[in-house]
Amino acid sequence: MTDAAPPPQGAKSPGAVPTVQARARSERRILTPEGVPLIFQLAERGERAAAVMIDLVIMVIALVVFVMAIAFTLSELGISGAAIGLAILVSFLIRNFYFIFFELRWQGQTPGKRALGIRVIDRKGGYLRPGAVFSRNLLREVELFLPLTLFFGVDLSGSSGWVNFLTLGWVALCLLLPFFNKDRLRAGDLVAGTWVVSSPKALLLDDVAAGSQRDPGSIKGGSIKGGSIKGGSAKGKSAKRGGAVVLDPEFPFTRDQLEIYGIYELQTLEEVLRQRGPQSGETRREVAKRIQRKIDWAHGDAAARNDIEAELFLKAFYAALRAHLEARMLFGERRENKYAGKTGGKLGGKTGPNGNGTPPGKS
Amino acid sequence: MSTSNSSLKSYEFRREREKSWRALEDMVRRAEKRGLKSLPAEDLLRLPTLYRATLSSLSVARAISLDQNVLNYLESLCARAYFQVYGPRASLMERIASFLRHGFPAAVRETRGPILLATLWMVLGIVIGFLLVQSNADWYYTFVGWDMAGGRTPAASTESLRNGLYDGADSAAEGLYIFATYLFSHNAGIGMFAFALGFALGIPTVLLMFYNGLTLGAFLALYDSRGLTWDLVGWLAVHGTTELTAIVLCGGGGLVLASAIIFPDRQSRMESLARRGRAAGTLIMGAVLMLFVAGLLEGFARQLVTDITARYVIGGAMLVFWLSYFALSGRGSGGRKQHLDDD
Repeated sequence: MTDAAPPPQGAKSPGAVPTVQARARSERRILTPEGVPLIFQLAERGERAAAVMIDLVIMVIALVVFVMAIAFTLSELGISGAAIGLAILVSFLIRNFYFIFFELRWQGQTPGKRALGIRVIDRKGGYLRPGAVFSRNLLREVELFLPLTLFFGVDLSGSSGWVNFLTLGWVALCLLLPFFNKDRLRAGDLVAGTWVVSSPKALLLDDVAAGSQRDPGSIKGGSIKGGSIKGGSAKGKSAKRGGAVVLDPEFPFTRDQLEIYGIYELQTLEEVLRQRGPQSGETRREVAKRIQRKIDWAHGDAAARNDIEAELFLKAFYAALRAHLEARMLFGERRENKYAGKTGGKLGGKTGPNGNGTPPGKS
Repeated sequence: MSTSNSSLKSYEFRREREKSWRALEDMVRRAEKRGLKSLPAEDLLRLPTLYRATLSSLSVARAISLDQNVLNYLESLCARAYFQVYGPRASLMERIASFLRHGFPAAVRETRGPILLATLWMVLGIVIGFLLVQSNADWYYTFVGWDMAGGRTPAASTESLRNGLYDGADSAAEGLYIFATYLFSHNAGIGMFAFALGFALGIPTVLLMFYNGLTLGAFLALYDSRGLTWDLVGWLAVHGTTELTAIVLCGGGGLVLASAIIFPDRQSRMESLARRGRAAGTLIMGAVLMLFVAGLLEGFARQLVTDITARYVIGGAMLVFWLSYFALSGRGSGGRKQHLDDD
């Protein structure tokens, strides 16, 4: 079991993230006029293919509906001749202007793209210009419709061998182009200067740390110092090794215990805490057990027995760890993961809150 | 004694600003659903302020917060707001109008080089096709497909060729709709194809232009051999001045793509392709509109107007119209500014 394993369940929840490595590879930045870069994730090739499929299905349905409606109304009126002309026109318009119309109207989205949560943006960060929309969709003619007509319905036996060979080569080139560049551009994107990025609508969920933020009044004694994180040497209630960083008297974590993990582990823990579902309790119990083992938690292993205890423990640990790491970040130290800035795991444990959501038995 | 809350700075940070984030999110959601114009005036005024505040929240959050959910939320919200704030202001109709007034003619003027090159290939095709068919009528069958010829072959009598020019293929008024729309969608398809094929280094585009020229030249040679040259030119002129111009524009657009790949300017190949590709896309959209006009002329005017002088007048007038439109429209200061905004 590796810590780099992606969190398969977590990735689908609204507040979740893909793994750090995958993120960095597909991350693209656009500098806003305000000088703050916005970070976008390139859309997956599969997502884009699915979006096109949805759009094609809609186009076919629209075509059938329109043609039927035209044929019906006009033959009712007794001018069936015009119906054929109108039908040709409508099918032409749908075929060539469906994508253009929606991408102009919805600022880079079509119904398929909207369903998949992806959109077209300008690579330079400007607004999506009409010329770009035209170009990228006109190229569909050779990228999409040519292969489609080749695969369905057109008999190639009539034309000569080398023409077939060239055409198939061209089709293969166009279809494979997105796999051969790191920006996943198809020919249309190249010509129009666009990216297709995923634009998920992230929801603002409750802060996981909020639950463990106790009412100040409930904290007993005056020994807890809010500034102790910064000082680093302030004495806590249960300072066993090093200065204690105490947020919560019931879970007195020491500085050493909080030094073990990094940001990656913290955010994975966040995912674990946000998980909902029948297995989430079990996962949390397992993760709590591992953390307790790893940090040598000496305050009993109640967490392993009880779902509620486990969640309380994890929340407290999350809050403490976040406070610790954020404080270090203020001093310019960003500890990306548990391996960063360490010569070797002194506690030797190979487990961590990797939060891959697997039930205990499988790991 | 300080509270435990104060030790989580990111928690405090979120609590203080969450309200304005939510307000922006609500505004953006409405704008995405029904367009920016559906927002009341006061919201429109607040939008940029809220956007900037949230963007600064994002930048602070990146520095101090490790709450992945908050970071993701702000990241996504800022992106959505960014598209609304810096998106195009004009409505679809306004953009179409500006496209017709400035964008299209400016694109034609900008790409006159490749357009002339595409024209050259077509003219070359016409000349070669004409000369070859003149020397040996058998060439005619090579250049003109059976379906395209429609009985207009060297084997046909002069009388039937002449009648073909003046009767019109479908003189029943009802059939004209079909004919016109068929011609339009067929030609526009070819035009778009010629553009898209420019991506294959322009070779298919050039071949397409040349081949079109050959066909035309072969027709000319056939009718010339029967002394019907001027009748044929008149017949073609009605829609041909519009249609051939549009086809040549499409070919020019394709060559723009090719030249951006083969001869990138000072920028990288990808950037120059992106920049010139956009201009070419504008060109093609205009050409498709022209082909629509050509389809109407071909479907109706050519079938209904059988007087040769009238045909020349219509064709000539269309040519003058297009050329002066390309040369003059959108040159004013307003157009210049609009065009700069576009680029």
